[in-house]
Amino acid sequence: MSAAAAALSLIPPRAPPSDTEGVIPWLKRNLFSDWKNTLGTLIVLALLVRYLPPLLQWAVFNAVARPDNAACRAIGHEGACWGVVAEKYRLILFGRYPYEEQWRPLLASMLMVLLIVASCYRAFWKRWLIGAWVVVLTAFFVLMHGGVLGLTPVETARWGGFPLTIMLSTIGLACAFPLSVLVALGRRSRLPGIRTLCVLYVELIRGVPLISVLFMASFMFPLFMPAGWTIDVLVRVQVGIILFSAAYLAEVVRGGLQALPRGQIEAAASLGLSYWQTVRKVVLPQSLRLVVPAIMNTFIGTFKDTSLVTIVSLYDLTGALQLALGDSDWRKFFLEGQLFVAAIYFIFCFAMSRYSQWIERHLNIGTRRK
Amino acid sequence: MSASPSRAPAPSTEPIIEFVKVNKWYGQFHVLRDIDLSVAKGERIVICGPSGSGKSTLIRCINRLEEHQQGTLKVAGVELTDDLKAIEAIRKEVGMVFQQFNLFPHLTVLQNLTLAPMWVGKVPKKEADERAMQQLKRVKIAEQASKYPLQLSGGQQQRVAIARALCLTPKIMLFDEPTSALDPEMIKEVLDVMIELANMGITMICVTHEMGFARSVADRVIFMDEGQIIEQNTPTEFFSHPKSERTKNFLSKILAH
Amino acid sequence: MAAPAKQFRWSWRSAAFRGLVYQILAVVIVVAAGWYLVHNTLLNMRVRGIQSGYDFLKQPAGFAISESLWEFDSGDSYFKAYLTGLSNTLRVAVVGILLATIWGTLVGIGRLSRNFLIRSLSTAYVEAFRNVPVLLQLFIWYFILTEFLPPIDEALQPIPDVFFSKNGLQYPIPVWAVGHLWMVAGIVVGIVAAWYWSKMARRRFEATGHARPVFLPGLAIILVCAVIGWLAGGAPNVLDVPEKTDITVVGGGAVTPEFLTVLIGLTLYTASYIAEIVRGGIQAVAYGQHEAASALGLSGMQETRLILLPQALRVIIPPITSQYLNLTKNSSLAVAVGYPDLVSISTTTLNQTGRAIEAISLVMLAYLTMSLLTALIMNFYNRRSLIKER
Repeated sequence: MSAAAAALSLIPPRAPPSDTEGVIPWLKRNLFSDWKNTLGTLIVLALLVRYLPPLLQWAVFNAVARPDNAACRAIGHEGACWGVVAEKYRLILFGRYPYEEQWRPLLASMLMVLLIVASCYRAFWKRWLIGAWVVVLTAFFVLMHGGVLGLTPVETARWGGFPLTIMLSTIGLACAFPLSVLVALGRRSRLPGIRTLCVLYVELIRGVPLISVLFMASFMFPLFMPAGWTIDVLVRVQVGIILFSAAYLAEVVRGGLQALPRGQIEAAASLGLSYWQTVRKVVLPQSLRLVVPAIMNTFIGTFKDTSLVTIVSLYDLTGALQLALGDSDWRKFFLEGQLFVAAIYFIFCFAMSRYSQWIERHLNIGTRRK
Repeated sequence: MSASPSRAPAPSTEPIIEFVKVNKWYGQFHVLRDIDLSVAKGERIVICGPSGSGKSTLIRCINRLEEHQQGTLKVAGVELTDDLKAIEAIRKEVGMVFQQFNLFPHLTVLQNLTLAPMWVGKVPKKEADERAMQQLKRVKIAEQASKYPLQLSGGQQQRVAIARALCLTPKIMLFDEPTSALDPEMIKEVLDVMIELANMGITMICVTHEMGFARSVADRVIFMDEGQIIEQNTPTEFFSHPKSERTKNFLSKILAH
Repeated sequence: MAAPAKQFRWSWRSAAFRGLVYQILAVVIVVAAGWYLVHNTLLNMRVRGIQSGYDFLKQPAGFAISESLWEFDSGDSYFKAYLTGLSNTLRVAVVGILLATIWGTLVGIGRLSRNFLIRSLSTAYVEAFRNVPVLLQLFIWYFILTEFLPPIDEALQPIPDVFFSKNGLQYPIPVWAVGHLWMVAGIVVGIVAAWYWSKMARRRFEATGHARPVFLPGLAIILVCAVIGWLAGGAPNVLDVPEKTDITVVGGGAVTPEFLTVLIGLTLYTASYIAEIVRGGIQAVAYGQHEAASALGLSGMQETRLILLPQALRVIIPPITSQYLNLTKNSSLAVAVGYPDLVSISTTTLNQTGRAIEAISLVMLAYLTMSLLTALIMNFYNRRSLIKER
């Protein structure tokens, strides 16, 4: 080969030297790179060695899984009594719902969860999804309440456990979302009257704890009704949750509205689109996409907040737990029951936060810059 | 850039845009001062001037993106006030192209173009799609119809923006520094489209720094500074014999490099 | 010359007129709805014989409060009960905010650590505590503190003179004497002196380029002045030390398990959110800043102080303030574990007097005031620290 041709030939790619890739180099980089890192690693390893085995002993090896009270008492603090879960799980999951009819809340919750999961997939975002929601919601109420189709009626005071949690969160958010969009738009309106009303609503609700909103719903709503009307406590609490979530969602949506470049609205205006057309076709699709992570965070927050209805004596998942473990025989093993319920919440909330990350990546495909 | 014949406005036609003693303030700041301007149908006008002189504000008043507080402004025979019906009517006749393109990123190119005709012009989808494809062909970008705006280059996006404004078959086209946000190699493709438009008889008002464009296409060049019209003339006169000191100053800065 | 007044036209086609109509409509609807609710409420209250008015605040409360900063017995007024509740809320909120900030910042930094173990543990912590409702966490801590700790006659002694049991934590506390006032005065003087020191040091730095340490000497000055003040006051050193007898522990300062539950539960929960905020703030400072600082030869400490912290704080402060507010609002859950905070006292009052509207409105007023104050301080800080843009 002539010198010129040799000079023009490109260098082919080669593999990296062996001491930068592989397990040992990874360990060196991540755990032992300098003295501070090494010290940290050693401390953490020491703590793990000290506390992990006893924890595992307690939770797994010495644990009693059978619903056997005597065995649990015998094992005392040496091992976890998961038997309490085996014994009480129906009370925890379904509250005071009549024992024989518990297939109904089970079916109702499963339908709801199925629908929610289905709504998460892009492929299903069609017109008939709205129809599906209507059908499933109706089915939910029919199953829970009974009184038709030969199902024995069960009053709302006996609804509890997981179905209650799911119902309060889902209906709460479904109703809060449109309300929050309107309030957010109203807050950005140029009309001072409307803007003030929206600001007052949002700041009032956000400035007080949820518990006081629930107390207000519980104690004050009956006073607001015309004489002689009674309103179901479940409905009251649901309205309280809707109003509360809508205020927080409104702030999130407002953040998205603010982040939209002004030029978009100008372009729509110059094309002759009316205010509501602009909002529907240009502003909302973009703004909502911008704040998807924050919206999902609010959803997760509302799901957790439903646990507060325990304090106004509605037996959702957390409340049913209190109820189940009021039994003095099993009182000592409250912790295992609580961990069981905590695990349920954790699974749902964690799944929702993973979904939120996925949807954020997915929705921004069309808007990501080249 | 091809030269095109300048057409003098027909004197007997009523002006399609008429500013009479128009004034505008932003708070205490007097941004448009006693603007008197008449634009004839089919006339092509280039407005230039230093930044902050009010040129963008002036053309934004024409489609009511900005409101003037004093004086009368008539567009296509309709007087602009806060009368909503009048504003609606005018926006159907006036198309605008922005410096930042302002395409809708969540819609495809085709959807960007058909949005207004379908929702404002009440045109059925099939016809809107056809019209949109026609405009896209005119700006030579028909093959990108199903792409999203952010997948296109700046020059392509601006051409789509022009096509979007044209879909409503406006009588007047406003351009607010259409090439200022573009990389140099893409300016030509946009200017070529604008020149083609100019040759079709649409009234054009263009705020721009592209003096070559002004020279070859404009019927009239207007120089604005500090909210008022300082000088206006045909391009040849304007560039070779500027009358005011300020104009001379500005031209020396702009034409220097 | 200013703009001439806008002309207003009475026509549906005028934008201003339409806006006016919409607003009037909205206000009318809201006022009408409000009037309807008030009307119903008054009617219902009359029918049920519920009294109204805030005069009940002067009446004796008739219930005891299990813990408070000052003496309270059942003969004191409802108003004093409310104040006690408020003080309990603030007590747990202030300490909680401090602890949560420290712990949350550490975990947040841990999330960004290069060490894989620390990073994973921090992530696990954040995920575990964020995805479980705070009420449930409070229940769990309450159970642990009241079931797994020994009874008071077998209290644990982790440090000498500090006792930990089912009945809470008991610790030595100095007996308040006049000499302590001198010490407080000394601290105030010390703070002023330290501030002067920092100003002088800065002036010197700008004039000569020699940097004088500011933080440690400042702390030393405050400490020295505090000690001088203490000595001047007669060096009071009497401590009330808890002592273990056969059946109980007597003396010393004490905090109840309810207080500890709310404190620990809220601290750990809020810290997980603060960790995310701190992490976000640090990550928000573009990597290019770090590169530029290194290229200029700034040391790690300098870079953190001059470049990283000011920019990160700007991003961190607004959301962290709302977390502080959340912690304060979450302290209202204390009613579920029996800690006598504001909401708890209000609920008892409500049950005893039946005055739902007054009781709930007082609580909402208190929280709204706290939220408003915090928002005002936040806005002030925000405006001062905005990065000036064109």
